[in-house]
Amino acid sequence: MPQIVTANRLDDGRVVFLTASDDWTADINGSALAANEEQAAELLAAGARAEAACVVIAPYLIDAEAENGQIRAASIRESIRAHGPTVPYGPPT
Amino acid sequence: MYRYDEFDQQLVDERVTQFRRQVERRMAGELTEDQFKPLRLMNGLYLQLHAYMLRVNVPYGMLSSRQLRQLALIARRYDRDYGHFTTRQNIQYNWVSLEDTPDILAALAEVEMNAMQSSGNCVRNITADQFAGRAKDEIEDPRVWCELIRQYSILNPEFAYLPRKFKIAVTGSPNDRAAVAVHDIGLRMHHGEDGKPGFEVIVGGGQGRTPVIGKTIRGWLEPEHVLGYVEAILRIYNMYGRRDNLYKARIKILVNAVGIDKFRELVDAEWEHLRGGELTIPAEEISRIHAYFAPPEWEELPDGAATLAAQLAENETFAHWHQANVSEHKQPGYAIVTVSLKAPGREPGDLDADRMDALAELADRFSCGELRVSHRQNLVLADVRQDQLLTLWQALSALELATPNIGLLTDMIACPGLDYCALANARSIPVAQDISRHFIDVDKLQTIGNLSINISGCMNACGHHHVGNIGILGVDKRGKEYFQLTLGGASDQQASLGDRLGPALPQDEVPGAIETLVDTYLGLRQDADETFLETYRRVGITPFKTAVYGDDTSPRRVA
Ligand code: SF4
Repeated sequence: MPQIVTANRLDDGRVVFLTASDDWTADINGSALAANEEQAAELLAAGARAEAACVVIAPYLIDAEAENGQIRAASIRESIRAHGPTVPYGPPT
Repeated sequence: MYRYDEFDQQLVDERVTQFRRQVERRMAGELTEDQFKPLRLMNGLYLQLHAYMLRVNVPYGMLSSRQLRQLALIARRYDRDYGHFTTRQNIQYNWVSLEDTPDILAALAEVEMNAMQSSGNCVRNITADQFAGRAKDEIEDPRVWCELIRQYSILNPEFAYLPRKFKIAVTGSPNDRAAVAVHDIGLRMHHGEDGKPGFEVIVGGGQGRTPVIGKTIRGWLEPEHVLGYVEAILRIYNMYGRRDNLYKARIKILVNAVGIDKFRELVDAEWEHLRGGELTIPAEEISRIHAYFAPPEWEELPDGAATLAAQLAENETFAHWHQANVSEHKQPGYAIVTVSLKAPGREPGDLDADRMDALAELADRFSCGELRVSHRQNLVLADVRQDQLLTLWQALSALELATPNIGLLTDMIACPGLDYCALANARSIPVAQDISRHFIDVDKLQTIGNLSINISGCMNACGHHHVGNIGILGVDKRGKEYFQLTLGGASDQQASLGDRLGPALPQDEVPGAIETLVDTYLGLRQDADETFLETYRRVGITPFKTAVYGDDTSPRRVA
């Protein structure tokens, strides 16, 4: 299964994904996909550099599926991280 | 309520300045995450699934209206317009940023609040009966002792690095509303042989992956020795508690390993050195703290029973609410009101900023400007005149805060679960919402009577599932969320741990299973006064098990 790198941004803690241009996005669809172990290691190394530069905290690889240009996290946990709580919150609308 | 003195204020202000510097150094790369994490945790700042989460102490659940307004302001300015009240009577903000946190802590310090020791391996927020000082069955106000323990334990260097977190709860009433038996230390006031009030000291209770009902280490302790005896326990724990295994580090594991008799021997030997020493609380100090909790000037009101009875007879909706949400006050003419934060379809314990402000306003108008947070994640207005109950109820109804379900099936405890929590296996909130939508009929709820449902998203048990009459535990079965039911738990003076009902169920089968359990109970109870728990204790688990699973109790196969 393809993999992507995710982390939390240091300053505001938000969930972010590593892009192909070594940047970070809150949109999982912007993630750089690693098709094999070698690419995954490269992405993770880029994540570690961003951690050392105080951009993100604790980057790690997750399994993801790409279909029709959409990227889906494989696990429920990562899907909730990517898209937010599955329940309404805050003031009732 | 307690007001900070100059030392409290200085301590909290200095802590804000210190943390501001630490955040700056972290942002500048002078501190790594490994170095910084313990520092942020000491200030209540976690990293959860989506963002940082700040846990703010509400000491033994007491809030002034001024403080609640400030919490609303923080929710609006730094979060997403809401906060979440927890089972430790605290409030959590789910979306704060690291950069804003020093400003939030400064805003809290302005109203004598802080987030110190709301995380980490130290003594956490001391919890208490939410009816403290007002309950009719109370012997003495537990908040005095909570406050003394708070002052003693905050930034106490000897206990800053305990083997694991440490939770203390105090009740001044024989009817335990503070779940003291499932705390590391539980203090329960009762009258000694000579009629003098003192504490039964319970130790080694807890939930989590190894749930234990605490054991009595001392049947009666003079209240002035509370700090000394707590210190003796903390010392023995600090010395012998395990530090090699996170899951075996709580005091309950130590007490179980050595046995309560040996543990008592160790504590008593330590206590011999401490007894009568500087931790004996002088009578003047006790009365000084007492004075902070002096009741307001209650008016001499005639017992409003007759008028109230007429109002209740006229208005069925008001009567439903009154039956569930209003409790007896020790002062004639007054009542204690619990405001349910469990409206159907909402997350248990959540409150948005506008309603925080509105409740602060109602506290000023109807209840001497004070509120309490209960460990069941509701808010309490403790000094309401009986002749104002109807007006208060109308105001609460207008705010959609008059859900009449306190103590009933939909008054559920639920932890944040996989919607927020980094440790979760499954989502708790949707389960709570499904159940609250399923049991919408108020008459049915009142027919069912007292029944607690507690939901945790993993075995850490923040949602107290072990001590729910019905407990629901989220488990992960090959990447799918399942829910394990337990029956017969209780956290009151007859605390007990729930028994596992059978194989875990998928989420969509949970409300139906609860309905089956309830119908089974209704069919078995001797009369309307026999609660679910009493029926369960009388008949045992078998009829319930058969009702839910039939003869098939083999584990569900996961597709
Ligand atoms: S019980 Fe588990 S899922 Fe729920 S808040 Fe605690 S750690 Fe998180």
